[in-house]
Amino acid sequence: MLRLTVNGRDHDLDVDPDTPLLYVLRDDLALNGARYGCGLGQCGACTVAVEGRPVLSCVTPVSVLAGRSILTLEGLGTPEQPGTIQRAFVAEQAAQCGYCIPGMIVRAHALLVQNPDPSDAEIRRSLNLNLCRCGTHLRILAAVHRAARETRGAASEDDRS
Amino acid sequence: MWRRLASRRERNPGRRSPWWRRLIVGFGLLAVAGGAAFFLAWQPAIEPVSTPDRASFQPDQIRKGAALASAGFCSTCHTTDETKPFAGGYPLKTPFGTIYGTNITPDRDTGIGTWSLAAFRRSMREGIDRAGSHLYPAFPYTHFTQLTDGDIEALYAYLMTRDAVRAEAPEPDLPFPYSIRPLLAGWNLLFLRVGPLPAGDSGDPVLERGRYLSEALSHCSACHAPRNALRAERAELHFAGGMAEGWWSPPLDRSSPAPVPWTRETLFNYLHSWDSAHGGAAGPMKPVVAGLGRLPEADVRAIARYVAATMGLPAPDRPAPAEKPTDIAPARADEIHRRGAGIYRGACASCHESGGRVPFTVASLGQHTTLAGPLPDNVIRVILEGVHPPEGEVGAIMPGYAGVLDADQIADLLAYLRVRFTNAPAWPALKDDVRRIGAEEPKG
Amino acid sequence: MSEPIAPTRRTFLTGTGSLIVAFSLRPALAQQEALDGQPPPPAPHLPGSLKRSPWLDSWIRVDADGSVTVRTGKAELGQGIRTAVLQVAAEELRLEPARVRVVTADTEETANEGYTAGSHSMQDSATAIRHAAAQVRTLLADLAAARLGTEAAVLTVADGVVRALDGRQVTWGELVAGDVLHVEAQPASSFVPTDERRVIGTSLPRLDIPAKVTGASAYVQDLRPPGMVHARVVRPPSPGARLRALDAAAVERRPSVIKVVRDGSFLAVVAEKEWAAITAMEALAAHATWTEGAALPEADRIFETLAGLPVEEHVVHDSRAAAGSPARTLEATYRRRYQLHGSIGPSCALALFADETLTVWSHAQGMFPLRAALAEMLRMRPEQVRCVHVEGSGCYGHNAADDAAADAALIARAVPGRPVRLQLMREQEHLTEPCGPAMMTRVRASLDAAGTIVDWDYAVRSNTHLTRPPGAGNLLPAQLLAEPFAPPRPKPLLQPEGGGDRNAIPLYRLPNARVLHQFVPEMPLRVSALRALGAYVNVFSIESFMDELAAAVGQDPVAFRLQHLEDARAQAVIRTAAERAGWSDRQRARNRGHGFAFARYKNLGAYLALAVEVEIARETGRIRLRRAVAAIDAGEAVNPDGIRNQVEGGIIQSTSWTLYEQVTVDRSRITSRDWSTYPILRMQAAPERIEIHILDRPGEPFLGTGEAAQGPTAAALGNAVADAVGVRLREIPLRRDVLREALT
Repeated sequence: MLRLTVNGRDHDLDVDPDTPLLYVLRDDLALNGARYGCGLGQCGACTVAVEGRPVLSCVTPVSVLAGRSILTLEGLGTPEQPGTIQRAFVAEQAAQCGYCIPGMIVRAHALLVQNPDPSDAEIRRSLNLNLCRCGTHLRILAAVHRAARETRGAASEDDRS
Repeated sequence: MWRRLASRRERNPGRRSPWWRRLIVGFGLLAVAGGAAFFLAWQPAIEPVSTPDRASFQPDQIRKGAALASAGFCSTCHTTDETKPFAGGYPLKTPFGTIYGTNITPDRDTGIGTWSLAAFRRSMREGIDRAGSHLYPAFPYTHFTQLTDGDIEALYAYLMTRDAVRAEAPEPDLPFPYSIRPLLAGWNLLFLRVGPLPAGDSGDPVLERGRYLSEALSHCSACHAPRNALRAERAELHFAGGMAEGWWSPPLDRSSPAPVPWTRETLFNYLHSWDSAHGGAAGPMKPVVAGLGRLPEADVRAIARYVAATMGLPAPDRPAPAEKPTDIAPARADEIHRRGAGIYRGACASCHESGGRVPFTVASLGQHTTLAGPLPDNVIRVILEGVHPPEGEVGAIMPGYAGVLDADQIADLLAYLRVRFTNAPAWPALKDDVRRIGAEEPKG
Repeated sequence: MSEPIAPTRRTFLTGTGSLIVAFSLRPALAQQEALDGQPPPPAPHLPGSLKRSPWLDSWIRVDADGSVTVRTGKAELGQGIRTAVLQVAAEELRLEPARVRVVTADTEETANEGYTAGSHSMQDSATAIRHAAAQVRTLLADLAAARLGTEAAVLTVADGVVRALDGRQVTWGELVAGDVLHVEAQPASSFVPTDERRVIGTSLPRLDIPAKVTGASAYVQDLRPPGMVHARVVRPPSPGARLRALDAAAVERRPSVIKVVRDGSFLAVVAEKEWAAITAMEALAAHATWTEGAALPEADRIFETLAGLPVEEHVVHDSRAAAGSPARTLEATYRRRYQLHGSIGPSCALALFADETLTVWSHAQGMFPLRAALAEMLRMRPEQVRCVHVEGSGCYGHNAADDAAADAALIARAVPGRPVRLQLMREQEHLTEPCGPAMMTRVRASLDAAGTIVDWDYAVRSNTHLTRPPGAGNLLPAQLLAEPFAPPRPKPLLQPEGGGDRNAIPLYRLPNARVLHQFVPEMPLRVSALRALGAYVNVFSIESFMDELAAAVGQDPVAFRLQHLEDARAQAVIRTAAERAGWSDRQRARNRGHGFAFARYKNLGAYLALAVEVEIARETGRIRLRRAVAAIDAGEAVNPDGIRNQVEGGIIQSTSWTLYEQVTVDRSRITSRDWSTYPILRMQAAPERIEIHILDRPGEPFLGTGEAAQGPTAAALGNAVADAVGVRLREIPLRRDVLREALT
């Protein structure tokens, strides 16, 4: 038995500890956010965050993540109550096929947690590890900028109150 | 970084006296030589000239210069922004302080636009700029001095026909006494042998061509030889291996720990792009392979020929490579390093145990020289940072595991890899090494 | 996706109880005996896809509870078609968009609209749905008038309720008893007047995006019916390789493995869990030996190989007219290497074989053609096979989606009763998907003394751009079976749309012009439709050459194009793009260049012109797109933001193709097999800014936008490079090393 903490919930799982996290998320926990793109750590479609840092779940065995806090796209919001960054992607209509978008969102989320006011170059550098094929790049960038603005705006409102 | 490098050198085989003692001795020598040669330190300025225009050079000469500049890796230190090539500004961190690559575009105010061929030749041969100032030996004029006149002229033709970019390179950030340039006259007296590479006597023109390119142009030993306290290459350990930007540069002589002996053919493949037995370049060697790419293929083969010859037969005392350097002891390794084995299976095996099917992987990690080397640094760096190709180009992609695997996990993994794939002794302080490298400023 | 997935087929066939059911599709089905995806149109006088499926209730369904469903035979591919058809239907039905449900391609639910391809969805499906919706509204108004005893003209309709002047009202739900909507469409409809539009022309947010950004089930990859098993295939290592020997015993003994499926050279493994299926696949591959097939063309000699193959010549355009006398003649050749679709998500399918019927959920572009192919492959009747479209990763043409569906079907037959999820591995997608064909063009033209083109001679040499189903022989798995299906002989796609010759006929005024399509039947590599087909290469060639001609006479590229164009809409997009880009006062800067290009996709689709600015790094030869400004006329704009999204994407994807991409081979195998060997554009190389300006044409037919930008972008990039550094690159990808050497 292996205990994984995903989106704040503990799961005791009977899985082969060598299994890459991706398959445990998708098949054992029925989470869709992390997607299979290459299985080689080349495209970023499977990106999740572990303790706030982006991790490619397709090449990370679950054994090394026991006891650590894992965040997937689903941990950021739901279709009914999307999180700030998800709302920003909707507002910018930042998707075509959308297959790469969860990885982009989670990596951008990790960036914004670390750096709430990233420059365009910093966002591009961070997202350079994730591939998009539809050509949605500029909308994705716009969505991350919007999310950063809205997060900062919310934070400064908190400060005032 | 100086401390780090120095302390690491201490652990290297064949390094005896502590770095600080050697430094003091070195200073003494430098002072004596510098004093004695003070009159040598003054060098005249060479008169500025009007910048030669393209028509004054042959197109073939310019093209030749382009290949030479590429394989001399000029842009590594003289280009920071790809759209402003050779405009300088690259910070080169040395144990003594930071030196910035200078502007070698033909800009008349900030570059070398006023340099005559004679001035350019003097800089290449003697490390002295047009105005008569000594250049720091981070600029490898101890190698370039060996270039032929014709090649220096071709390099001049190439550089003088680039776009002039106005960009003032920052002054070197060096403490006293390194900030005193005339002292370099003493350094040169000790370590510079001015003039073209003496002709070899091998009678093998390919080998001689390779020797010329490796020594005079591509300055292999600048990284692949250990340096003394004054950062001069130790001539007696030419090609015995060294350090470059925190990466271990493997020996290119008989002491190479390569589990699969290198051959002309595999060296050529490696230097050209990638070799199916040994893999490909990473770290500071990547721009080297990229730079060689502009040489004619025969020249790269010549370099491979020369380096293969210097490697010769493996040294008798090196750890015996396994008969088949693949999976030396999987069962034993799994038993000793159960945690490392699990990480390997879940994180590494999907590419590295594909039998070489996944592009840019070799049949077994046991074929990589670095896994059998004396220092784990290169493997740690690759695991932490991953491998990323230049934008839009074909090349290995490996994700970095910084933040995914902690220091203990990486140490477990490395210990496992070392036992499973090599016969070399365990690396002694893996966790410390991982923490030390992990704490460095991230690159790029 | 149309419905949540449940484990048995029966569930799918019940629970859709509506007043107007599947019989409405029967007439359409009956007319396509071959089920070949291209049935003869029964009603050629009707607009859009009504030609093939003229029954209103094939498109619009109104249930007794008043709920409204729109059924398009096209598939959502990430291009936003689901949202666009919803807008069109909601507008003409005068309904709130939220009240309308959209069902996409499903062989039991929707009309057969062939493939979702060629930028046809708006032209065909949205046009049909607009007419159908308007006619349903009119028809229901007539019924209401009869029911209320009043004139239809005085009734108003809003939100599914028809009201008389006196306040009496009747709901649509009350009117739809029986099969009142099962009537044939009329050629003309009474549309909502332009000034009353509330939905068309607005940027309604895409319906599919909320699920995609939150991780709700959005793709075929996400389907998890109870009892589902995971499968992986082992593909031959090179095209044409055959499985010689296999020792499957060890893999079969693995406790996690349910079954190894082998049929000839088709090899697959089924396991309860996905990771177990993957590791079993790897083990199985290690125990398989193959006889490798015929040699591939030498990488450096792909064009020589292509030039040496036999051709069928088709003169697709030949015009002769009086013109000035030629003062100078220019000639050039252009080429494009093989390129990939390169979906980010490898192809996937879910299949269930139960009760002698097969259901396949697939992201392929044509559910009806796929059904025909699967039925043929499995020797079943088409009625025994149902294909349901569920979104996948973007496909950009004929990728491995159909193959994956065939894989899943073959495996599902071997484990009846269990839903089988099959996903290809990354290298399988890269190595086996049909490439976009290598192509070569040659163009020669003469200018008179005044700088006007007086003759034009053009030839394009290409393989086919269509090896899609319906033929089972077009499914890779079917080719591997012990009793294999042979690929059918490839055929050229015909003008006016064309395949390799798509957009080979310039829209410019050319008094004397001859355009030759040199169709090469033999295919050195497996090829098929890649977004824009031959238009990408032909527009690159024509628009590069237009710049070369303009330069030869010292003319501004934009002015030169305008001088040779009569079509007012073409002129308008060119003028708009040039103005918005500040073309006439563009700044000159060292190593920066500006390029312009124009095309009307297929010469009958959307008009697009764009100006780009590039920056060249001379010592590396790297080309960077900095900025693009495009103007598009796609007829009446249904969803402006959707159009912008498509065009932006088209520009960026084409930039990636044009600057980086080529399939590589060694003598027996394809070597571009992942993202390390087939690099594409990443975020840091994306342009700083893209602007899209839409020329809305209310009342004009809808024109698709998905493929309008690819060709012009390639040409604009090449033109900008020439403008920046004076070097003309005529081969795609525009190679850095070539540019670097030229600039030494």
